Formats: sequence, structure tokens, C-alpha cells
Amino acid sequence: MSEALRAELARIVGPRWVRSRPAELAVYEADGLPTHSSRPALAVLPGNRRELVEVLRLLHLASIPFVARGAGTGLSGGALAGGDAVLVILTRLNRILRLDPATRRAVVEPGVVNARLSDAALPYGLHYAPDPSSQTACTLGGNVAENAGGPHCLKYGVTTNHVAALDVVLPDGRLARLGSPSGEAWGPDLVGLFVGSEGMFGIALQITLRLEPLPAAVRTLLAAFPTIRAASEAVSGIIAGGIVPAAMEMMDQACVRAVEASIYAAGYPVDAAAVLLVEVDGSAASVAAEAQAVESLLRRHGASEIRQAETAAERARLWQGRKKAFGAMGRIAPDLAVQDAVVPRSALPDILDQVAAIATRHRLTVANVFHAGDGNLHPNISFDSRDPALVARVHAANRDIMHACLAAGGSITGEHGVGSDKLEYMPDAFDAETLGAMRAVRQVFDPDGRANPGKVIPLHACREWHRGGRA
Amino acid sequence: MSSHVLDRLRALLGGAAVSRDPDGLPRAVPDSVDAVAATLRLAEESGWRARVEGHGSWMQPDAPADFALTTRGLDRIVAVHPADLVATVEAGVAVDVLQRRLAADGMWLAVDPPGRPDRTIGSVLATATAGALRAGFGPVRDFVLGCSVVTGDGRIVRPGGTVVKNVAGYDLTRLQVGGFGAFGVLTMLHLRLRTRPQVEATLLARGPRDHLTSAARDLLAAQVHPAALELVSPTVAAASDWVLAARCVGSEAAVEAERALLLGATDLPWTELDADKAHAFWHLATHAASGADVTLRLGVLAPGLDEMIDLVGQHLDEGLVWAGALEGGLRWAGDAAPDRLRTLRGLAAAREVPLTLERAPWALRHAIGHFGAYREGVGPLVTQLREAFDPTGRLVVAIDGAEA
Repeated sequence: MSEALRAELARIVGPRWVRSRPAELAVYEADGLPTHSSRPALAVLPGNRRELVEVLRLLHLASIPFVARGAGTGLSGGALAGGDAVLVILTRLNRILRLDPATRRAVVEPGVVNARLSDAALPYGLHYAPDPSSQTACTLGGNVAENAGGPHCLKYGVTTNHVAALDVVLPDGRLARLGSPSGEAWGPDLVGLFVGSEGMFGIALQITLRLEPLPAAVRTLLAAFPTIRAASEAVSGIIAGGIVPAAMEMMDQACVRAVEASIYAAGYPVDAAAVLLVEVDGSAASVAAEAQAVESLLRRHGASEIRQAETAAERARLWQGRKKAFGAMGRIAPDLAVQDAVVPRSALPDILDQVAAIATRHRLTVANVFHAGDGNLHPNISFDSRDPALVARVHAANRDIMHACLAAGGSITGEHGVGSDKLEYMPDAFDAETLGAMRAVRQVFDPDGRANPGKVIPLHACREWHRGGRA
Repeated sequence: MSSHVLDRLRALLGGAAVSRDPDGLPRAVPDSVDAVAATLRLAEESGWRARVEGHGSWMQPDAPADFALTTRGLDRIVAVHPADLVATVEAGVAVDVLQRRLAADGMWLAVDPPGRPDRTIGSVLATATAGALRAGFGPVRDFVLGCSVVTGDGRIVRPGGTVVKNVAGYDLTRLQVGGFGAFGVLTMLHLRLRTRPQVEATLLARGPRDHLTSAARDLLAAQVHPAALELVSPTVAAASDWVLAARCVGSEAAVEAERALLLGATDLPWTELDADKAHAFWHLATHAASGADVTLRLGVLAPGLDEMIDLVGQHLDEGLVWAGALEGGLRWAGDAAPDRLRTLRGLAAAREVPLTLERAPWALRHAIGHFGAYREGVGPLVTQLREAFDPTGRLVVAIDGAEA
């Protein structure tokens, strides 16, 4: 990194917003996944849209790669910069620019924290539905990059279903306005293409989001099951019964015990093999009817205990245990590899048996907490990253879990993204031609490959495509 | 040329898979994804241009080309998984055939696209034409989990997957849904399904348009959100006045609750239809678009509907109008000249409303394109994506018009 470039960046954003001392950069070496780390050459924190665009134009002229980063809560080793790459941190672009209750749209900058938008929408009886577990910290720009999900995405959809329009800056500093307030595109669905591109197509400057009305009534049920299989079959039974709960979350015994031993204790039954949280929402009449139907389905599938949260405080307590489960697992070991994979819902019982067998084989402790309604697993492996042999076993177990999920017809990631962590599994998930197509699309947005280099697409596995002609 | 093309296609696909369309154009009817790819590779080598079509009932099959490539040979429902509420189907499956098959397992695809019931599912997705149910179940793209698509130069690309939640790799499926076939030929689709609702109710209110849109705003404020709340013009409803049609679906309790809210939140004179009449109404409302030559959609938010309907009325002849009274979106069908459509597109764009030409005779499509009035930076991205997926322009699609 040349001194001239550092000085030029400091001129754009102000000297205090350029970080280059090792001690300053250490905090940016990892995201929420402790298995990957990399130190950026430099970090820059633009304070507004103009500064951000100017930074990208400067990096383009200097042919320097960059990595966009929000709060750094990602779980795929995605927002890591190494070599001469500059980390562009977006947390200072944190204004909610507009919130229009009549159209149920909000326009935000990328550094706005997810939960802050719902807080701001609350007085209008609205909220922003996608609710990753990290919602009190993660940014909406990061949510767009990763196409983030969350427990309530079962009914309301993931990030991509809530983004109507994006103002983006491309890696070479050009601007593009994708989508419209209604969500209808100007041409093909470039918003849909951009969401989930993991920071490799450019940076969102302004995000137009759909807000949802707060439901008139909500009911949360907790059910304890003697086996994970019984709980999984209850999940399928509820969906087959025509009920789409707002959320349907499962925790296994290891997870429940970690939560109950922590400051997030929620009163979960620690002797159950699986705990299922089911939330229904809507009008008061329909919620009452659906809660009754869910309760009888839970009983039919062998629930040993069922509780209904009656008050907002009780609901919040039940959810706190679930949302803070990752934190609670910190008690088990110094590090936690939060994994993410998807299987068809009907494959849940079998895949959970396989995950348990894989853990036993590699002599590891796995705790499962997952979005059962979507078949989105989070097998979490507790370990100590100071032990290289243990780290190797964690990696081997993750690989076995990914292959098991793919063999079951699933996917290597449901909401955390590919980043660095899943790069090696992409050739198992997609053929060379499809990877080549992804690379070709990336080249349209970023011909020089400078935005978040080295993530998502394993270049060696791509069949060659050339823009404007065949290879 | 034509008989040469015919002979070479027959040599490739076999005689039974090649015919001539009513205008004498060679028509390839490949019956597998691989056969579609082989056909387009042959076109690439030979410099032929292909017109892609399904049953030819929605988009007019009239683009100038060396041969037609129809997906009607891709008509298999490959897999249906009731426990997971997903299905894999080939692009040439007719929507009504698919819905009947799904109904047998207590499921449905919650879309009600305009046009004939035997439209292919590939045509619905390629043009992203949703109907009134988009208010409750979202746009067409929300139902597509993954696809197989053959590029203009015959590559087979398979983005996405068969699970309902998936962020592995870039979401190339989104490029194809609503891409009008400019980025490849959709051949296989992985779809997200729903359990068939136990109960349905349709209520209609007739009256002056502004009265109905104002009532719709009251319903929105009262958080009444039926699966569809569609405002249709008298020409669509074959009535003397505008009609606001509400469709409630779900469990008995949910529908009962919604009906009560609907009746309580406005002073509209609602009439509930019995099952046969409800079916007939939605059938009429959905299929009326097929009668007109031109169909377009405007991405307008609900509060802007009145102004947009007026604007359309000022610039186009009287046509058929459908509008999403809750979530917005406006469809117009009729007959229109290119210059008027260009003017309307410009005026709509000034209001941040995109105008998409859904169907029209080739001359009109060619003149104004399915898309246009791109916002900053969009045009070059579309052009380059097109070059990536159809590098030598084998697929005849008027993506953004002659004047763009």
C-alpha cells in the first residue's frame, strides 16, 4: 500500500477514518466465523455516499482490490480482506433516509443496523421482517450482500423478497439505479441478481425496502419432544396441515442445555431431546384458531409438553433463548463454528442422525439450532482454535456435513453465504458450466475482479466463458 | 434456406421432432434439455436465429427468425414432493395441467397469470406475468427455486436448487425470471408450492373508481390483506362500473376473520359470490387479456394508482385495466401505437414507474422493446449480460427496442 494512496484516501474521508496500524486492523481480521482470518492492508471508513464513491473511484484508478464490510457479523468468512486489499467499512453510512407508511417503503443507507429499522417503523405499525439472529448488530447492507434470512423468513421471505430497489456503485465507481419503489424492474431483475452477490458486484449506496404491518395478534408455542425425529415430523405435519407459521425453530438438547446454563436461560425443558418454537401471527381470530390447530398437531406428533406464551414478555423470553443460542454456546468451548446448510424439510430427521454420526466419528460436540420450517440447519461445532488437530477435525466434519446435505438434495448454505468458508464445496454444488456463468455475470459488474476477490466462485472449477464470444 | 434448416434440424433431432409452423417456418420440438442445447449449438455454428416459444398462446409467435424453437416437447412433470411443497417441471408444461396434478396431492402453485389456461409455465416465468394473487403470495419470481436454462450458444446452466432456502452462488435464476428469454431458454424449473387452501371466498364491490381506490386505502390502513384485492375496469368485468374484487383463501377461521374485517373496514356494498360464480369471475378477469393485441404492466405503488390509470387513459385508447389495490401494479391490455407507448413510458419513468411491454405484435415489440427508459447505469449492464448469455445473438428477443 503506497503512502500516496493512503494520503489520498485520508484526503477523501479525513485522516481519522483511515486505519493502518496493526493494532487497529486486528479487529477486522475475522467476521463471526472464527475459522477464517486475514488482515487487510488498510481500512477506510467513508462518512457519506460521496466519499464512498470517491474512494471506489480512487481504488479503481490505482487497481487496488477492496472488500466491503458492515458490522462484521457475517458467518462465512466473507468480509475478509487480505494481501493489498482495502477494507471499505460502511458503518458510518447509517441514516434512514425515508420511511413512508403509505407505501410501506423505507430508504436506508447500507450501514443502518437491521433492528433499528424495525424500531423506527414501530410507531407506524410496521416492521422490517427479515430478522437474522444478529439483528441488533448486523447492517442492512450486509443483509443485502448475503441475502440474509432469519426465523421469521418462513412466512415473510428472506432479504431478497423485501428489496425493491438499490442504488449501487459498481467496482469501477460507476453508479447504477436498479429496481423501482414498487419492486418492478427496469429490465431484467438486476435487484434480484445483486442481492446475495456477497459484495462482488459493487456496494449498495441506498436500499429501498418493503416494510410489513405488525400482526394484530401473535402466539408463540413451545413444545418439547422425546426425539428429534418426532419434532421434525411435527414440523412437516404443521406445514402439510396448510398452516404457514411465522416461524418454526428447533433446538436440540445440547443447544437447550447451553442456553439454560447461560444468562439467556429461557426456561426451556432441559430433559427434552428437542424443543420446537412455533409462532403464528395474523388477525386475532385466525391466530387463535391456528394456535389451536398447531397445538393439536404437536400433541399428535408426540409432544411431551406444550406451553403457550401469553404475554409479550413471555414471548420475548422464549425468543431470547433462541436468538442468543449462538452466544450461549460460547460457554461450551472458546470457539464456535456456526454452520449453515439446507435440506428438504422431509429429510430433516435423517440428516440430523447423520450429523450426529459425523460428530461422533470426528470426536466433536455438535449443537443444533435451526430454522426447521425451511429445512435450514445450523449444526454448531464447539472447539478451541488454538488446537490445530482439533481445527482439522472441525473442518473434516464440516465437509462431511456439507456432502451429506448435498446428497440429500440440499444446499451448502441457506442464509450465511459462501464467502471463503464454502468456496471448496461450490464445485460439489454446481457444475463447471454454471460456475462459469456465475463468473461471467461477475465480470459484467466487475471486469477486473477487484470487489471481494477470491470469494464465492472457485475460479479453477469454472468452465471458461468470454463476454461477447465463445471461449 | 428454410428447407436446408429443416433438413439439418431433422438430422440432429430426428424427423418427428421437427415440423413447420403455420407460416412454413421450420419448428424444432426438442424433448430434452440436452436436445435444446444441441439445437442452439447447431444454430450457433450455422448462424441461424431462433424464435423461442411455448404454445404460442401468450407472446405472439411472430418474431423474424430462421426457425422456431418450441418448449412444447418439454412437457414432463418430473417430480412432485408434497412433504416438501416443491416440484420440478419442464418449461413446456401447461399451467392448467400442472395445477390439476398438484391439486391431486392437495397443493397448488399460487399464481393466476393472465392469458389462456394452457399457457406454458415457462412462458409465465420468462415474462414474469403474475395475476391478482401476487398481492397475497408475491411476484412470480418468489416461486422459483432454481432452473435449467440453455444459453444462446447452447450452454446448459443450472442455478439455484430444489430447496426453499438457498444462497449458494449468485442468484442467476432471478435474471431468467422476467428476462423474456433474452438470457437463455428456460427448460426446467424448480417450483415452490403451497398447501391448497381449505376455504375460499370472493367478494365484489361495484362503484366509481375513486370510491373503490379510497376504500382500498382504508383496507390497507386497517391491515386487511386478502390474497387478492384487484381493481378491474368495467371492460374487464363486463359490467357498467369498476369492480373491486377480494379473494380470501386459507383456513376456515382465517377466511371468516378476513371476511368480517373486509365488511367492517369499509362502507362498500360487498356481494359474496358462490363458488361457481367466483370461479367464473376470476376466469373471466384472468383470461380477458388474451383478447387484446397488446398487454403492458406498470410498476406503480398503490397510492399512485389513480394518477397512473388517468395517465394511461389520456395516452392510450380505452382498454382493459387490472390494478392491485393493495400492493400496486397495473396491467393494461388493448391496442396501441408505438409513439404513444413511448410517450407513456417516458411519463411513467418520470414518476419512477417502469413500463414493461408484456406482449405485442413483433413490429411493436421491436419498435419499443419489452423494456426501456432505463435508469442510470442499467442499459450497459443489460447489454453485457445479454452478450454473456447470448454472445452472437441467436435468440430473437426485442429486449429494449430499436430506439433504445
